Amino acid sequence: MPASAVLSATGIVKTFPGARALDGVDFELRRGEVHALLGENGAGKSTLIKCLTGAYRRDGGRVELDGAPIDPRDPLDAQKLGIGTVYQEVNLLPNLSVAENLYLGRQPRRFGFVAPREMNRRARALLSAYEMDIDVTAALSSYSVAVQQVIAIARAVDLSGKVLILDEPTASLDAQEVRMLFRIVRDLQARGLGIVFITHFFEQVYAISNRITVLRNGRLVGTRETESLPRKDLVTMMLGHELHAAEQAGETKAESSGPVRYAFHGLGKAGRVKPFDLEIRQGEVVGMAGLLGSGRTETAELLFGVETADSGTAECEGRRLSLSSPRAAIAQGFGFCPEDRKVDGIIGDLSVRENIALALQARRGWMRPLSRKEQDALADRYIKALDIRTTDREKPIRLLSGGNQQKAILARWLATNPDFLILDEPTRGIDVGAHAEIIRLIESLCAQGMSLLVISSELDELVAYSSRVIVLRDREHVAELVGGDVSTENIVEAIAGQERRRAS
Amino acid sequence: MSGAKALGRRLLPQCVALAAILILIWFNFPGFFAIEMQNGRLYGSLIDVMNRGAPVALLAVGMTLVIATRGIDLSVGAVMAICGAVAAASSVRGDPLAVTLVMSLGIGLLCGLWNGVLVAILNIQPIVATLVLMVAGRGIAQLITEGAILTFNDPGLIFIGSGSLFGLPMPVVLWLVFGIAVALIIRRTALGLLIEATGVNRRAATLSGIQAPAFLIMAYVLSGLCAALAGLIVTADIRGADANNAGLWLELDAILAVVVGGNSLLGGRFSIIASLIGAMIIQAVNTGILLSGFPPEFNLIIKAAIIVLILLIQSPRLSHLAAFVRPAGPAAPAQGKSVAGGASAGDARDIKKLERTAS
Amino acid sequence: MMLKTALASATVLAACLFGSAHAADMTVGFSQIGSESGWRAAETTLTKQQAEKRGIDLKFADAQQKQENQIKAVRSFIAQGVDAILIAPVVATGWDEVLTEAKDAKIPVILLDRTVDAPKDLYMTAVTSDLVHEGNVAGKWLVDTVAGKPCNVVELQGTTGSSPAIDRKKGFEQALKGHDNLKIVRSQTGDFTRTKGKEVMESFLKAEGGGKNICALYAHNDDMAVGAIQAIKEAGLKPGKDILVVSIDAVPDIFQAMAAGEANATVELTPNMAGPAFDALAAYKKDGTMPPKWIQTESKLYTQKDDPKAVYEQKKGLGY
Repeated sequence: MPASAVLSATGIVKTFPGARALDGVDFELRRGEVHALLGENGAGKSTLIKCLTGAYRRDGGRVELDGAPIDPRDPLDAQKLGIGTVYQEVNLLPNLSVAENLYLGRQPRRFGFVAPREMNRRARALLSAYEMDIDVTAALSSYSVAVQQVIAIARAVDLSGKVLILDEPTASLDAQEVRMLFRIVRDLQARGLGIVFITHFFEQVYAISNRITVLRNGRLVGTRETESLPRKDLVTMMLGHELHAAEQAGETKAESSGPVRYAFHGLGKAGRVKPFDLEIRQGEVVGMAGLLGSGRTETAELLFGVETADSGTAECEGRRLSLSSPRAAIAQGFGFCPEDRKVDGIIGDLSVRENIALALQARRGWMRPLSRKEQDALADRYIKALDIRTTDREKPIRLLSGGNQQKAILARWLATNPDFLILDEPTRGIDVGAHAEIIRLIESLCAQGMSLLVISSELDELVAYSSRVIVLRDREHVAELVGGDVSTENIVEAIAGQERRRAS
Repeated sequence: MSGAKALGRRLLPQCVALAAILILIWFNFPGFFAIEMQNGRLYGSLIDVMNRGAPVALLAVGMTLVIATRGIDLSVGAVMAICGAVAAASSVRGDPLAVTLVMSLGIGLLCGLWNGVLVAILNIQPIVATLVLMVAGRGIAQLITEGAILTFNDPGLIFIGSGSLFGLPMPVVLWLVFGIAVALIIRRTALGLLIEATGVNRRAATLSGIQAPAFLIMAYVLSGLCAALAGLIVTADIRGADANNAGLWLELDAILAVVVGGNSLLGGRFSIIASLIGAMIIQAVNTGILLSGFPPEFNLIIKAAIIVLILLIQSPRLSHLAAFVRPAGPAAPAQGKSVAGGASAGDARDIKKLERTAS
Repeated sequence: MMLKTALASATVLAACLFGSAHAADMTVGFSQIGSESGWRAAETTLTKQQAEKRGIDLKFADAQQKQENQIKAVRSFIAQGVDAILIAPVVATGWDEVLTEAKDAKIPVILLDRTVDAPKDLYMTAVTSDLVHEGNVAGKWLVDTVAGKPCNVVELQGTTGSSPAIDRKKGFEQALKGHDNLKIVRSQTGDFTRTKGKEVMESFLKAEGGGKNICALYAHNDDMAVGAIQAIKEAGLKPGKDILVVSIDAVPDIFQAMAAGEANATVELTPNMAGPAFDALAAYKKDGTMPPKWIQTESKLYTQKDDPKAVYEQKKGLGY
């Protein structure tokens, strides 16, 4: 073992009833490095992390911290040993203050009582090391997810101080927030911490990590220096095969020539999104780009009737449409895959079958039920067509991985045979394999003549499949890139236009 | 897996609990299963259980649907009192039976509509919304009866409480027919799926095109109707409307029946048949205590102990433990969770979700 | 309806007039608990009738089950300078202060129906029935009626732990003492309600050989008895003959059952608490006679021989 290793695991085995989740995995983390841990969903990343932090007891193998063997009983134990973890969904208490969250369970005391002033002072001092100057007495929930993330990191580092594990910390952050987080990660790296970084974003992997470890199907594929590992090789390591769609970035499509099917004029709602015009042709994918909070989701919600527009009109082939509710929009052949899959998309306790049949059933009304046979056929068809990975169609959908949940929600809409599908961040937080499949699906739906509006933060992706890209900024549609103008640089420029203005 | 098999697996814990209780009573009171024909109707302790359990069984039907939508209806006891009072007052005034019944059931529907509108349209939390009628309802019933027990002699109305059909007491016929009819309608149409979807995730359901408010109101209206029927039965049973005591605390028994039936208070998956069995379990316990001859001071303790035991047996933790003991097989722990998971407080994630919806 | 009520009231009044002294030109304040039961409503009606008959100016205040309302009412009576105050106390404690205020104002206070935990010199007297005595009267009737024959008794208790349930059980058991032919074989609570009375009676019948082993039913109130009578009928037995029925309270509906031969006896808990109170006040005003600290109302026994039909007609207008 090299002297610089802070944490090293060898031959880790973890078995669940009926499945071997980890099969002799080795992992080594050096002092002062950012080590990306990659793999498709189900590859064993989470299981490995849980074995390292004591959330699971490993069935075999050896873990050493600073050269001494350890066997943490639970995450608290691991924290005491020096291994801190921050999860994607911040596991702090939203209604307590920032300072209370930082010092929960170890508040500074005075005469046996909690000393709030002392606690707040220490909290401010602690956060100033992260260049965060915020009101530590305010409730945690009054800050953005990014700030909460930093607070969680500050607490974890303060408590443990040797190893920091970040489990998809950037999944719900926008670009600026990611930059802020990375600055902090680099700081901690300079302080000599070993940092494990789990993410789905390749950009971020290359931006911040020193080394990459890839797992596949519970086995170690390999550990590489980031600098000497081309992206293509990384994808190959992860998937075991070449990925097509994601590699086609840069190839632009000819402008769609189909007739205009939907025309929205002056649609808007005060406080959400300024009035905009939008035309969508048959068999066309319109991309929508912009920072978080730029009005992308708000636009989608207006189009789908989730929010009622207070100005403007909607027409389909010259016919006026009423978009007063999702139900009304669905009646016009609209479908909408929302951004927050868990909250707005899946019906967690219901089965995959029921989730797929739901929108079609809702449109038919309760008096005209789909028979069990029809539901089964529907579910089977889409499970096969979209390659939804589930042991059977009766499995509650909450037990599926994010990518498969997303595919099931897509299936829910495809079952209604929509003319117009709105996808809000369809590839966020899902693994690379599912990612590519969804992109292929978007392209094939488009080829079949469906109109699609796709909102995404992954600009390469947008460029790959969109014939036009609408760019939003500050709740306003600011640019429309067509045909040859659709490129990552142009989109970034359009998005950034505002910031330049702000700077001057 | 076939529907019938799934249903059987779903109802298994409840059926086992009911059988165990009946056998326990039988040990204590050997004449328990004796049934004879008397005056053209079946007569025996088992019939008593079904007869006395009628109000809670009927309430449980409506309560199951309301709870499936992640709501709760605390007003059913008070609505029983109102509807009973209306029926008695109408009968005393000399209205024909049909008018009496229509008025009473109509008032029940109205009460349900009131709750439904408060919950679905005004977005008031169900426990608060239905508390309004729970508190005010008994007062309304007392206004109708003027504080006294309003007695009546209409044989038609009395028949609902103590008459018999096909040898079965009328209340038993009513809850069996009504309960099974509602269960069938729910499962033969898409109501069940749409209500479950609304209960699990109202926002996602709305985004899928489900008219969530309509289904919420429907659930509360049905609960009101069930309460009206139950109110008619208890009123007809004693030939008088007792505004102070009719349906008193029965909302809690109805909620308990739903929970004992393995339905989750957090909404979603539900089974009306399981709730009906739950109601029978509760009544069997009640009747068993009465037959046992224990001093009344022990009634509540015995009842509580038995119910804790039933809930323990259904708890998902316990079934997980059992899975360890059992030889490993292709058991479906996930399925088991949604089946028996109802009795427990649910897992932490669900609670967090609940809070998020509430805030 | 009105006429009938008036007639009925007149009959009751005539009965009550007997022995009462004239107490004209008095103003009396009455703080009633509320109207939670038929009996309470009858008490209010009778108090008003009694006052009217004697020419007493009655100031009535309904407390709606709240002690603070009662205290407010008593204070306002004191401020108005009434000659006496009647209180039907909703709870037993917390009366010392307001009773002292009344005493300081030299206004005599009479408690109706229930007593309070306060020094006895703070009130003039309390008019209440004796719950133990009521049970005793019912028990004596049963002992006399069965006349030495063996008899298994089932008992429907009131709400577990309530004082009427405890005392009425105690009095009944006292009366049965020494009469080994009478045995209480089953005793269970019916919560003072008809529904529970019926349900529990059904289980008694099942548990005791279909009712063949039961000779008499003792119910702590008439409502439970009325429910139990239905259960007995539905079991194919004749209440009042196959199974004797004795209960307490004397509400109108039990007289209907007695008229039909389905109930045998009831012990009256008279709602006329005010009559004796007004009598005591009149005597005090006349020559300063202090009444005893406790005036026990009569626990009158009614049987089928007491023309139940007529009593029913008298009682039904009182608001039971």
